[in-house]
Amino acid sequence: MNAYAKRLLWPVLILLALIAVNIVATGVDFIVPSVNDDGRLGGAFVNILRRSAPLLLIALGMTLVIATKGIDLSVGAVYAIGAAIACQTIIDAPDQTAGGLVLAAVALALAATAAIGAWNGVMVAHFGIQPIVATLVLMIAGRGIAQLVTGGQIPKVQDASPFTELGRGAFLTVPIPIWIAALVLTALALLTRRTALGMLLESVGGNPEASRLAGIRSRGITVLVYLVCGLCAGLAGLIGAANLGSADANNGGLWIELDAILAVVIGGTALLGGRFFLLGTAIGVVIIGTLEDTIINVGLSSQWQFTAKAVVVFAVALLQSPEFRGWVLRPLRRRPEAPAPAQAEEAAS
Amino acid sequence: MPDAAPVRMTGIVKDFTGVRALDGVDLALRPGEIHAVMGENGAGKSTLIKVLTGVHGHDAGEILLDGEPVRFSGPKAAQAAGISTVYQEVNLTENLSVAENLLAGREPRLGPFINFRAMRRRATELLDGIGVDLNVAAPLGAYSIAVQQLVAIARAVDIEAKVLILDEPTSSLDRDEVEVLLGVMRRLAADGTALVFISHFLDQVYAVADRMTVLRNGALVGEWATADLPQNALIGHMLGREAAALEQIERTAAAHHVADGEPLVEAVGLGRKGSIAPYDLTVRRGEVVGLAGLLGSGRTETARLIAGADRADSGSLRFAGRRVGGHNPRTAAARGIAFCPENRKTEGLVGDLTVAENMILAMQASRGWARSVPPARRDKLVAAFIDKLGIRPADPDMPVRNLSGGNQQKVLLARWMLVEPKLLILDEPTRGIDVGAKADIQRLVAELSADGMAVLFVSAELDEVTRLSDRIAVLRDRELIAVLEAEADLTSEHIVDTIVAGGREP
Amino acid sequence: MTAPTLTARPTRSKLFDGLTRYVPIGATIGLLAALYLGGVANYPNFDNPQVVAKLFIDNAPLLVVAVGMTFVILSGGIDLSVGSVMAFATMACAWLTVDAGVAAPLATVLVLAFGTAWGLLVGAVIHYFHVQPFIATLVGLFLFRGLTLQISATDVSMREIGFFQWGMTHVDFGEVRDGGFWLPYLSFVAFAVVAVAFVVLHYTRFGRGVYAVGGSETSALLMGLPVARTKIGVYAISGCCAALAGVLAAFATKSANPLANVGTELDAIAAVVIGGTLLTGGAGFVLGTVAGVMVWGMLNTLIAFQGNLSSWWARIVMGALLLAFILLQRVLARSGEKRRT
Repeated sequence: MNAYAKRLLWPVLILLALIAVNIVATGVDFIVPSVNDDGRLGGAFVNILRRSAPLLLIALGMTLVIATKGIDLSVGAVYAIGAAIACQTIIDAPDQTAGGLVLAAVALALAATAAIGAWNGVMVAHFGIQPIVATLVLMIAGRGIAQLVTGGQIPKVQDASPFTELGRGAFLTVPIPIWIAALVLTALALLTRRTALGMLLESVGGNPEASRLAGIRSRGITVLVYLVCGLCAGLAGLIGAANLGSADANNGGLWIELDAILAVVIGGTALLGGRFFLLGTAIGVVIIGTLEDTIINVGLSSQWQFTAKAVVVFAVALLQSPEFRGWVLRPLRRRPEAPAPAQAEEAAS
Repeated sequence: MPDAAPVRMTGIVKDFTGVRALDGVDLALRPGEIHAVMGENGAGKSTLIKVLTGVHGHDAGEILLDGEPVRFSGPKAAQAAGISTVYQEVNLTENLSVAENLLAGREPRLGPFINFRAMRRRATELLDGIGVDLNVAAPLGAYSIAVQQLVAIARAVDIEAKVLILDEPTSSLDRDEVEVLLGVMRRLAADGTALVFISHFLDQVYAVADRMTVLRNGALVGEWATADLPQNALIGHMLGREAAALEQIERTAAAHHVADGEPLVEAVGLGRKGSIAPYDLTVRRGEVVGLAGLLGSGRTETARLIAGADRADSGSLRFAGRRVGGHNPRTAAARGIAFCPENRKTEGLVGDLTVAENMILAMQASRGWARSVPPARRDKLVAAFIDKLGIRPADPDMPVRNLSGGNQQKVLLARWMLVEPKLLILDEPTRGIDVGAKADIQRLVAELSADGMAVLFVSAELDEVTRLSDRIAVLRDRELIAVLEAEADLTSEHIVDTIVAGGREP
Repeated sequence: MTAPTLTARPTRSKLFDGLTRYVPIGATIGLLAALYLGGVANYPNFDNPQVVAKLFIDNAPLLVVAVGMTFVILSGGIDLSVGSVMAFATMACAWLTVDAGVAAPLATVLVLAFGTAWGLLVGAVIHYFHVQPFIATLVGLFLFRGLTLQISATDVSMREIGFFQWGMTHVDFGEVRDGGFWLPYLSFVAFAVVAVAFVVLHYTRFGRGVYAVGGSETSALLMGLPVARTKIGVYAISGCCAALAGVLAAFATKSANPLANVGTELDAIAAVVIGGTLLTGGAGFVLGTVAGVMVWGMLNTLIAFQGNLSSWWARIVMGALLLAFILLQRVLARSGEKRRT
């Protein structure tokens, strides 16, 4: 567990620093949850968590995919498809408030997005196409498919429909999106760490050939992981759409795949596959969410968030590059005998 | 005579984080001479070449180029000084034309533009110079690997090479292609180039080399004129006698007489094109069968077909009396076949994972991901095997990449012993590990076979094979040429004689 | 002793190999012809030459971006930042000329220089620090969208700047009413970019180096080719092309929209791949990219003629075509691999 703690140290410190900046800028209210008049938990930080729920879901799926040396660029488009299917099903029905209808719409959307995820997995595992290429197809076509579902309109679900509760409701005063995100995080953590799935994933991502020779069914595992990723993206789309009460095929979940990859990398999972850290990813997501608020709280316009993210991507990418670290640290490390600094470094990080 | 050598390396020492890869090696290259560097895997041949061409720096000794000490910053600098290398894998790009590959970076130009006509003419001349006639406008990928290799040589020669290093250039060529390549080498030598030839095909080495330098375990064994070094002496020098204080492994009499045991593995005409000629091999329960042969003789390939790591394209395999179909590592493991591959790091272990995780991997794979090995049982098993095999440090949560080679090998062995296979296939399990771990592993093999497990044992060390095996299959040039019964008086010399005698006529 | 002479014929017949190389682009051209003939058969006035000319008017910026992307993909990389760089270039033109009062030609030069410089930086980071191209160019995607929005969150008009009228000045080829057509200057700029790219890729050391690096970077390095210069160069070209495309967009619309060209990088990648360039690098033609862009334009034209279809169909069809081409290339690559053991 020590290795895990070490991996999480930096993300936690960054998050604490961001929170500290916000507290300085806006006061302690930033972090302390308040109970709104309607009995729901509110406050700036709770809102960040609530808004980050879709990103968290996608980032969790992405973590598993990246652990297998893969990547899924289609999640933003799958998000839009999930949202479109659910909203369109609901508005096509005569009575949008029927509970059974909402359940059916949700089930339909999730089944479709799981199938899309499995398709990505089959392309990667069985056709041997590079993940970035295989998922690019749906990244390009996916939003078109979502448009097809909605007929080019933006379907608006009545506020009275129970569907909107997925995004706006609360259970035991805690917003439902937070519940869902927490449940999925727990479920995936249990699924990967209580079963052997996590270890086999890390094995397939860490050394595919050794895994094959050890007799691991890597194709089945790969398909499963992409399926889970698609499912997570679909669920994220549902929450996003329920929160807005509508599904925008063009802009729903736009660039969320990039945010998700960023969160995964901040959380300590390497893009090269192998060891993965679901909790780290969760912290990465909260960092991104907090960053967006921080920018506004320190008095910058919301447009700065793109620039800030660019800086974060740049910093993280460079810090993960051994060549960069070598280049920066070279003046500091001029010792006559430095046996295997790389190994020592790897063991420490 | 020494002054005739344009390149002279003396007392070269190279350490890799605690492992001495080269220990005081000398090499002198003379113009017009083909010099073979011989040795088994890990003997230090490629390290020596990499030191010469500046890929690695050296820790002691010196390299003299025309009498001047030099130290190249990399292959490019070596090339500029007239030392070119052609590697086993053709380092050209298949998507460009033959002419472009020959002249990339030095294309004849008209102003800023490439003059394709002049380029094709120049390329044709170059190929003519080594006696090859190709359509230089065709993409390189349209030609066989052999032709690509010749193009690589033509390119190297064009860079006014004083020294041309050929690192296993013939390993994927057929007989006729090899003849052409050897002809080109002779022609270059006649023109005054100094050539270094690395090959594991003895026939080829004897056909062209004027002189040989033999390395073993990073140390220089000696330098001979080819005429003074008969084949069996060479093989003896390369494989050596392990003088180290290995314990004599005492085999129980019962284990030694299993000739009447029921056959577990029956391979008939099993083969794979381009990797191993069809062979027949039987392994009985409780028997250790050794696979002996030089590097590249097909010993690994033989084992991989039985392990299901590669797909056979001819013959049939029966295991425990049943015909084996749809053979792959997973089904093989399910049948009770365990395979520890030759290359621990790239094919065996997952470096990121811990000792315990690596050990449990095969057992977990057979159970599927949903049925995790219960933590308590896992910890117990892992602790038992760490103890039994003496794995140090005895920390199950240590990432396996931080272990030494010998301990890594033991982790790999433990992975398969955990699933209690019927057949254990070990490909060079003792290569590159220290003497203590070597003895441990040899003792373990003896114990396992005494308990009734069949073992297929690949090793480059003849002493080891002779000591451990009940029967020895001898391979040469990708063919299984003989199966020897391990009688009490069988020695490694017998195997060497079999290898020498069994070869095709050069 | 006499050394034998080896006369080797290609193991794959030359004809077959030639076909393999041209199968993807042949498919693209066939597709383009089918789309065009389908249009002619179904819609009146589709055979008007201006229909084809319009492809090069509407898609001139995309064509320029796709040409830059062709260099990057041929070298084995990818550039996700082009859409944002393009929007930034348009916005920077507007800002420099309208707000800062810089002379328009100078502003244009500054924007192009900036795009090139950014490409150099990204290329250096990719090459020297081994950052994956995908991640390194992601920085540009975020950064330039953010900077564009910071300059202005709303549309900026450049109608007052005389210089930007130049782009849509057109040349007539025959009388438009009786079978002629017209093309604006900006289309000719795009054609010039294609022509230069064609010459550079096929007739210069740099261009052949791009193919070599895309074929195998290790080999290129061991062959002593200037890998660093080549890899950095392709991103500089892509950056320059994206900036130029932004300028062309300024000519075409005479306004800068901060949310323009979202997803243009995907259109460009799709056009390059449908044009027969291997996404893993090393094989492809810049003229194929022209065909790929024309497919995209033709799909949109057909949808416009049909009238009752929505534009998202173009995206879906592009995705399906992309899939088909990726699978086709996979099959061709497998048949090529069979020779090796």
